This record gives sequence, structure tokens and C-alpha cells, in this order.
Amino acid sequence: MQEISTSANYIPLLLQIVVAAAFVIFTLVVTHKLTPRINSDRKDENFECGIEAEGNARFPVSVRYFMTAILFVLFDVEVIFFYPYAVNFYELKMEGLLALIMFVGFFLVGFLYIRLKGALEWEK
Amino acid sequence: MSLQMISVILGSLTIASGLMVVLSKHPIRSVIYLVITFFFISAMYILMNAQFLAIVNMIVYAGAIMVLFLFVLMLLNLNKEMEPETTRMSLFTAVIAGGTLFLVMITALRDTFQYGKGYVQVPVQDAGLVEQLGKLLFSKYLVPFEISSILFIAAMVGAVLLAKREKQIID
Amino acid sequence: MDTAMLIEKSALVLLLFLISLGVAAYQTYFERKLAAWIQDRVGPDRAGPFGILQPIADGTKMFLKEDFIPAKADKWLFIIGPGISMFTALITSSVIPWGTNLNLFGRDISLQVADFNIGILFVFGVVSIGVYGIMIGGWASNNKYSLYGAIRASSQMISYELAMGISAITIVMLTGSLSLNDIVQSQHGMNWNIFYQPLAFFIFFITSLAELNRAPFDLPECESELIGGYHTEYSSMKLGLYLFSEYTSMFVSSAIMAVLFFGGYNFPGMDAFSGNTLAILSIAAFALKIFLFIFVIMWIRWTIPRFRFDQLMHLGWKVLIPVAIVNMLITGLVVAWNQGWM
Repeated sequence: MQEISTSANYIPLLLQIVVAAAFVIFTLVVTHKLTPRINSDRKDENFECGIEAEGNARFPVSVRYFMTAILFVLFDVEVIFFYPYAVNFYELKMEGLLALIMFVGFFLVGFLYIRLKGALEWEK
Repeated sequence: MSLQMISVILGSLTIASGLMVVLSKHPIRSVIYLVITFFFISAMYILMNAQFLAIVNMIVYAGAIMVLFLFVLMLLNLNKEMEPETTRMSLFTAVIAGGTLFLVMITALRDTFQYGKGYVQVPVQDAGLVEQLGKLLFSKYLVPFEISSILFIAAMVGAVLLAKREKQIID
Repeated sequence: MDTAMLIEKSALVLLLFLISLGVAAYQTYFERKLAAWIQDRVGPDRAGPFGILQPIADGTKMFLKEDFIPAKADKWLFIIGPGISMFTALITSSVIPWGTNLNLFGRDISLQVADFNIGILFVFGVVSIGVYGIMIGGWASNNKYSLYGAIRASSQMISYELAMGISAITIVMLTGSLSLNDIVQSQHGMNWNIFYQPLAFFIFFITSLAELNRAPFDLPECESELIGGYHTEYSSMKLGLYLFSEYTSMFVSSAIMAVLFFGGYNFPGMDAFSGNTLAILSIAAFALKIFLFIFVIMWIRWTIPRFRFDQLMHLGWKVLIPVAIVNMLITGLVVAWNQGWM
């Protein structure tokens, strides 16, 4: 690392964000203005294989998806914790590695727990 | 453009999107506004050169916790006729809870104006970079760091128990 | 940051943007030709010689087709869904170093839009935001098939993000930096990470396929069960943005795999060149690696059948995450042994 990284390094990113956002907005507006549109009650219905739709798609889904999301949040935070360690891997030497092994140990205990409890099972 | 100008603009954008979270009637739109708010908060972290914190804010809050929020909202029945009616009791409790939070915020803000002239001063230029953070985390704050992993296990246990109970209702 | 630098970066951003769009458009052509070749067909051959103008014809058609919004859909969210997908696909390319410094008009121009301290985490951050595009679009359509496509897509993407993050950690450990520029420079010549971390690469490759929703992980849009998945109700350029974002992401993640494991712009024997010759050769080497990755990803799509959803979750959670963690620990222990810390 030659110099200290500062917030000025992010100005080019801002440029890229502006270009990307401009393109997206431009495309959405143009396609909205340019294309023909014919409306009728029948036509504006949702396409569900041509069968008349029963109710709408605002119904609760399986709790397993919800479970996946909760576990993802927990594991994501743990994974983020590995990064500050990985950057300092060569400086922290053995003490750092031992601390990491301990942390991973707890991580695996949690992982085994959710596995044995069947939180990762999808087939009944 | 001076740094103060940028932080004022960013601050007003953050507050505006934060207000939209509260004011928008549609829960899913609120989530979108909240993601935008996190985006601006990350930009503020970058302005203070706390780069690692900025990206963690993006990954964990905007990328993970908000996805969980969306899942929860999709798990609920969001039909118009299913909306719970606001009773006078819930309105009353909401006002009290909100008022208390507002008081806490006012106190916190007063401290900021007293000590920091309104702006955060970063003592060392590279204090917020990931290298320094990692060194601190694995030396001075090693014990809290390891304890946090036990906290994660507790959270997993909680999640599994919660899902077990939910399942009985749904199946 | 002075004005010359600002102009230089703006030019680079615009160029990169046009290249991303161009590559994404021609990837569709390439994919159709490749599929045709694998299935012993001719493929598109009407627009121009060998059908070379096909992507342009497709793009024009998408702009002119009816922009349909279902009556029951949430209009506002329905419109911004594809926008989010495309936006996130376009900004990831900013952290990739495309070649060695180019010397133009007496200035040393770095071919990387922004070199941050946290480059690789930025990529993961943007990928995690990309989930919203699909999730919001699918939910807003108010179609049961779209909803299932969206929920499958988001649980698949978040599950594979974990294994992806862990497998990239080994590279950060070996390099000691999160900046993609430092990671590329540490693989000078033929000193590529793939020789040290084949397992990490394998995991990263599989998770990339899952993040891209490409076959064999294309469950969110599997046409035999969910019509079109999350984009069933989309038409016109809104559908175009979804498809475009998929191809742009494919281009960018091929580039990221090349950067992390195959030395980015480095090529064997690069010390024999210098200056602008080296810059141009390095860009060519990088482009070749990206092209090969794109080819392999497409080849897999037309060869391997789709996973079932429980198999997908099983692979992501019970196989890839533990293997990635063990790989990380083994890397740490082996380095510790080599350095004499033990």
C-alpha cells in the first residue's frame, strides 16, 4: 500500500454511479414513452398459464425461506469478522491464528446445532 | 466544494429518505427507502474515511438485515382487508414510546453541539481502515470479539426455536 | 483530485460503460450461436452476415414492444425492480483493474476507475444489493409464479453469498489486502492464486454461477415450473434490463474470477515488455481470460441439467460453507507451518 486511502478515492465511483443511474432512468423513461399501450380488463390480468387467477400473490410463503434469511444475517456478520483478520494475517502470526481457530470453533458449534436441529432441511 | 457542504447535503438527503421510511404507507416501499438511507449513511462513513465500517453497513444492514425484513413482510399477509386496525390504546402507547425516543435523541444532540461544534473530527486519518481495525480487534478487543461469537450461537438457538413455533401455526 | 484526473476518470467510466453494454449485447449473440453449435443447429443468421446484427435487432425490438404493467401490480415497485438490477450490475466494474498503466498525452493513466482499500468487499456489497432487483420485481408483479421465482432467487443468492465470501478470504489472507489492485500485483507473471487455492477457486466459481442465476442454478426462472420466474410479467425494455443485467453481471464476475485466481492482467513473460506495449498486451491477456470464463459458463448452461431446490440449498449450506471454512483453516495452518510460527 503506497499511500493512505482516503475518501477522495471514491469520487470516480460517484461518477460511475451517476452514469449507471442516468442510463437506467433514461431507459425506463424512454421505454415508457416510446412503446404502444392498449388496455382492457382481460388483458391487464396476470398471466398464470392462461387459467383464471384465484386471489392474488400476497400470501405467506414457507417458514423455511424465513429461516434461511435469519441464518444468513447471522453468518454474514461472522464472515465479515474474518476480513479484518485476513488482512492482518501475516502481522498477527500465531496468536491471531489461535484466536481465529477459537472463533471458527464457535462458528462450527452454531453450524452443527442448526444442522442437527434440522433448520437446513428442505425435504420433509 | 468544501467538506462541510458535502456533509450538509448528505445529511439532508439522509434525513429526507429517513422521513420517507416513516411517511410511506406501503411497508415494502419503506424497506426500499431504508436501504437508500443506509446508502447515504455509508457515504457519510466514507467521508469520515471509515471505509470498512461503510462497507459493513452496506453488506450487513442494507444487504442482509433488509433482505430479512423483506422476507418477513412477504411472510405476512399484506392484503388490504387484513390490515390491523389502529385502536386508541395502540395509538397512545406509540405516542409515549416515540416521545421517549425523541427525548433521548434531543439529549444526545445537545451533547454533540456542546463538544464537537456539530461535526465529527477524525483524530487519525487511517483509523477507520480495515488494517487498523483488524489489529485492534485481535489485540485489545480480543475477548469481546470471542464473546460475540457466543452471542451468535444464542441468536441461532433463538431463530431455530422461533421457526419451530411458527411451523406449527403454518402447517 | 485535479481537473485532468477528473476528465481522465470520466472518459474511463464512459468507455467502461459502453464496453460493458457492448459485451453484454454480444454475449447474447455468442450464447445463441454456441447453443446452436452444441445442439447441432445454425442459430441466428438473418440479420447481417452470420446474423452479426442480431443483438441490435433484438435491442430495437425491445424498445418498441408494448410495455405491459399488470393491473394488479404495484406500479412503482414494478418499474424500479429492473432498474435496481441493472444499476448494481453496472457499478461493480469500477473496482476492477483492467490493465497496467497506460501512458497517454504524457500522463500515466491507471486503468482502474477507483482503487479502494476495500475493493473486494465492495463487490460483495453490491452483489448483496442486487438481490433487491429480483425480489422487488417478482413481488410487485403480484403473480404467484413471479413471487416463487423471486423468493427462490433471493434465498439462493443469500445462501451462496456466504460460501463466496469465505472462499475469497483465503486470497485476502495470502495477499494481505482487500484492494483488487494489490491482489493482481501480487500475482505478477505466472504466480497465480489458482496454483495455491484450487479449492477456493472451485467454490468461488460454483457460487458465482449461483449468484448469476445461471444454469445449473437457474431455478428462479426455470421455465418448466415457473413460466418465466420473477420476470414472467415483464415485457419491453424492462425485461430487457433484467436480461441485460444478467449478461453484464456475467461479464463482471468473469473478470472478478480472473482477477482473484487467474492473475488478472498478468501473463507469463510480461517482464519482457514495458510502457504502452505492456499495457495493451495486459488488456488483451485479461480480455482473453474473461472470454474463456464466459465460454465455460455458457458451455455449462447448455450441458448440465438444473438442480432441484432442496439439492441447491443442501449444496450451498451443508457442503460449500463447511468446505470453504476448512479450506480457510488449512490455508492458515499451512502458512503458519511454512513461516515457522508453530
